[in-house]
Amino acid sequence: MLSDLTIRVLAQPFFAGLTIGLVRELCECATAETFPAGATIFAEGGPADAFWLLEHGKVALGLHVPGRGDQVIETIGPGTVLGWSWLHPPYRWHFGANAIEPVTAVRFDAAAVRLRCETDPEFGYAMLSRLTPIITERLQATRLRLLDLWGRP
Amino acid sequence: MTAPVPYRVVDRRVETADTVTLELVGEDGPAFAPGQFAMLTAYGIGEVPISLSGGGRGGRLIHTLRNVGAVTAALHGAAPGQMIGVRGPFGTTWDVDAARGHDVVIVAGGIGLAPLRPVVEAVLARRDEFGRVSVLVGARTPGDLLYPADLRRWRQRADVRTIVDRPADGWTGEVGLVTTLIPRAEADPDNTVAYLCGPEVMMRFVAEALIRRGLAGHDIHVSLERDMRCGAGWCGHCQLGPLLLCRDGPVFRYDRVEPLLRVREL
Repeated sequence: MLSDLTIRVLAQPFFAGLTIGLVRELCECATAETFPAGATIFAEGGPADAFWLLEHGKVALGLHVPGRGDQVIETIGPGTVLGWSWLHPPYRWHFGANAIEPVTAVRFDAAAVRLRCETDPEFGYAMLSRLTPIITERLQATRLRLLDLWGRP
Repeated sequence: MTAPVPYRVVDRRVETADTVTLELVGEDGPAFAPGQFAMLTAYGIGEVPISLSGGGRGGRLIHTLRNVGAVTAALHGAAPGQMIGVRGPFGTTWDVDAARGHDVVIVAGGIGLAPLRPVVEAVLARRDEFGRVSVLVGARTPGDLLYPADLRRWRQRADVRTIVDRPADGWTGEVGLVTTLIPRAEADPDNTVAYLCGPEVMMRFVAEALIRRGLAGHDIHVSLERDMRCGAGWCGHCQLGPLLLCRDGPVFRYDRVEPLLRVREL
């Protein structure tokens, strides 16, 4: 019998290909969470103690720039993962995250997931092989934005 | 090479700080189809290739153009009543019928929405013949988004998403590159036809993102641009490998041009 949370996680393409056993393990570190529009999910510089699988709603990643206020750097939406500062020390958020629409998500406890990654290499490899493409894609998108391609006719 | 035919500017709409849409009327000549382009002449200055962004029949042409040089500056400033020279139509067309019965994903970057506007209009005019329709539009800033009234109208019949690199105060939409919208486009990868137009590098990355989602290269259509001068395949300025974009393009299936997009210019 699968828990509701496990069924929700299995429905997301992000974890496609994971065995049910690994998803169950992952969901032992998970809770359901919702945020109203405008809520702060985490603040820049705060402890990176979780990550979220977004099911509904949009989130703005931003940074406070003195003299310019809060600057949105990127928005992310359903089907992807919010947060990867939990992967490596110092486990602090580099950017802040705010819900710009009501958000439904599955929250994973970072310390518990890290511990499982370290003690179960199969679990750890499966997690990293799903997280690294997202990191790579966002890095590539950021590099393209640096090119400011719109300047050409 | 034929001489430019005089067309009168009957309407000029400011789209963004550097972009206008001109409506031109001339004698009824050959019909222009979506995807094709005209060589527009600013008399006494020169001519430039500009894609069709509306009209095309009955001597009525709509072109959206950006002020980026001497000729486009003159065209950009053309007021209603002024005459503009037109040669064309030139080039290949968007194969909208290829998407009948399929989901449709239309991805535009910046002024790349202009050549795709007739595709969106054609699909929405025959909405029942297509599956789900996604229109994904990227721009540098919210102020650079073309056709805001059209975007609002299209939203009633399609999934329209806009994204900008640099948000302005009050912008509550998406921020990032248009490629990041691809995973969320409502489309079945095995049953989708995509149409792309924008900066060439952007199109390459969008096409790669679509292929990662499972689309085939032959189901992705792109509009390429090089330095088009004659419009008839004579001068060679727009050569890309074995292709002359003004004659063989500008619209191609992605599987045909993908290997050429990484060839460095001489």
